[in-house]
Amino acid sequence: MKVTLFVTCLADHYFAQAAADSVRLLRRLGCEVHFPEAQSCCGQPAWNAGRNREARRMAEHTARVLADAEAVVVPSGSCAAMLKKSYPKLAVAGDGSLAELAAHTWELGEFIVHRLGVTELGNGLAGRRVAIHQGCHALRELRLETEPELLLRGAGAEIVPWEAQDECCGFGGLFAVKMGAVSAAMADRKLDTLPAVDWVVSGDGGCILQLDGRARMRRARIPFVHLATALWEGVSSLAASPEREN
Amino acid sequence: MRIEIGDYGARARQVIREDPQVREAVTGATLAFDAKRRRSYDEIDSDAWRRWAEAVKSHALTHLDRYLAEAEARLIENGAVVHWAADAGEARQIVMELAAENGVRRVVKGKSMVTEEIDLNPALEGAGIEIFETDLGEYILQLLDEPPSHILGPAIHRTLEQVRELFAERLETPPDGNPDTLARAARKVLRDAFLSAEMGITGGNFLVAETGTVALIENEGNIRLTTSLPRIHVAIVGIEKLLPRMSDLAGFLQLTSRAATGQPIGCFVSLIQGPAARPGDDGPKEVHVVLVDNGRTDVLAHEHAWEALRCVRCGACLNVCPVYRQTGGHAYGWVYSGPIGSVLDPGLLGLREAMPLPFASSLCGACFDACPVRIPIPELLLEWRREAQEEGLTPWRERAALTTLAQMATRPGLYRLAGRIGSRLGGSALGRALPMLGDWARERALPKPSERSFRELWREGIE
Repeated sequence: MKVTLFVTCLADHYFAQAAADSVRLLRRLGCEVHFPEAQSCCGQPAWNAGRNREARRMAEHTARVLADAEAVVVPSGSCAAMLKKSYPKLAVAGDGSLAELAAHTWELGEFIVHRLGVTELGNGLAGRRVAIHQGCHALRELRLETEPELLLRGAGAEIVPWEAQDECCGFGGLFAVKMGAVSAAMADRKLDTLPAVDWVVSGDGGCILQLDGRARMRRARIPFVHLATALWEGVSSLAASPEREN
Repeated sequence: MRIEIGDYGARARQVIREDPQVREAVTGATLAFDAKRRRSYDEIDSDAWRRWAEAVKSHALTHLDRYLAEAEARLIENGAVVHWAADAGEARQIVMELAAENGVRRVVKGKSMVTEEIDLNPALEGAGIEIFETDLGEYILQLLDEPPSHILGPAIHRTLEQVRELFAERLETPPDGNPDTLARAARKVLRDAFLSAEMGITGGNFLVAETGTVALIENEGNIRLTTSLPRIHVAIVGIEKLLPRMSDLAGFLQLTSRAATGQPIGCFVSLIQGPAARPGDDGPKEVHVVLVDNGRTDVLAHEHAWEALRCVRCGACLNVCPVYRQTGGHAYGWVYSGPIGSVLDPGLLGLREAMPLPFASSLCGACFDACPVRIPIPELLLEWRREAQEEGLTPWRERAALTTLAQMATRPGLYRLAGRIGSRLGGSALGRALPMLGDWARERALPKPSERSFRELWREGIE
């Protein structure tokens, strides 16, 4: 299956390995991955700030760049929600390209579970204790409530319940800098309730930037891992041990 | 209540840094409220209930003229006196005149946000009238001379320990008094007030047009006493509180209780149907209903914001809100705080006055899922943000940054170059001097850029 990666500006520059792991994972699951290099930012910072004109310019650019894609996969719930939920609201009358793009865009985990129909990823993460941070946009805009858990379990990980699992990390783009003290206190609530785990996994780089940045400022070392990297590690560790191949 | 919204950021920072007990108390209380709300929603088909409630309220709001006229006619038939207040000043004056005409010296009050909104207490006190807030939380705040910080639990920012100290000092309770002891001490004061007050003042959760009924939900019994013991009962009701029919009320009493406290219904529901019918009957001799606009018709006329008028003041959005939880309500600077305050205040006060509240949200969306009348709070926040941008109410630096982003993002070559420079800058001292990164770095360690961008990895080939 032909898949076009919309890497997102954040993953491009801050989670390059996780983005590369998304490519590896998709290939392993039988996809042919394309990456149109003219892609840039989805426009969410402008949209969330209420600057629709700028957001629309970026949305139209993105739609042009991804015009030939059959399925667009985004390794970020937040940016995927921007394409899927907000782009149609930005479209000027008569332009169906944004709605069309929205209709065949998928968040990475959503794509694997619902388009590829895969939840069994071997047992490569056996013995790994994992807490999941649910990104708000994946959870409440895309309603991807169980997908990360399904996939991580499907790769053999043990999911450790986290009291604040569904709560916002406090990132919210510009919110993090405009309302810094509140944003940091929100991250503290997440960090203060975090159980002892091997990994904290999230499908959103923005949330990881926030939580990891706050954790490091508090001199805490917490292993945050992007969902793509976590799943790829599970899948690739299996391939490395020949006796498990079949 | 004085409007001090403009300082939201500074006040929020101050309460988080200097008064950590507030964050602790509010977080604990709201998590408990929210857990009860969730359990209570799970017991019913809450989606269906919420859609029904949304439809009823939207219908009432889009036919408000008709239902207001109907409500007024029924109230008058029931023997109540109806007053119309265009703004806070008129509402205060109506109550002041009623108090003066009847020689009122003492007032007992039920918990009411609209009386905070119209600044009623200072006006009455200025006229030498003694006021007793009879809701326990409100009573605590009256002793502390503080405004409520939550729609439903006005004193949730205070700890038991703080209340213990306060009551020991003011009511001479033992320093280790348990909550029962403290409540009993307050009750003793308030019982005397109920028996001697000439006027009882309440808000109204709902006003049923069909029957002219003012409905009040509570758990302490103080509203029942406020509306039945004093000679005069004044209900101050926002015009958005209308429900068309009595059968609608049956649903709203339950849904509001579930959303607010997780109860199937409040412990006390008072349905006020006018004054005592015959001499010797229980109940007040006079019932006055003051219908307050105070900006509501402006909100109703707004293309989007009118949906916020569906609000039933349950506080569910406050309880679920991770932003509210860090500070409680006082940081927001006006009566209505939390998510609903951030969309309602710009409508009631004007956007300029309510800045920066539309930006006091990470847009996490939890409020919409909790709201019993499905107010699209995240969408309304975005709508106010758009208006703020159009009216130039946001910092120019931020506008410039977003325009620059759009310029770069639509020019691939420039975008790649900026990405490379940005990544190098990110971890450097120069980067920290940049406005956005500098703000970020005040609360967090700087993000570590990837050594090579994804597009560099892609060009080299990903194995």
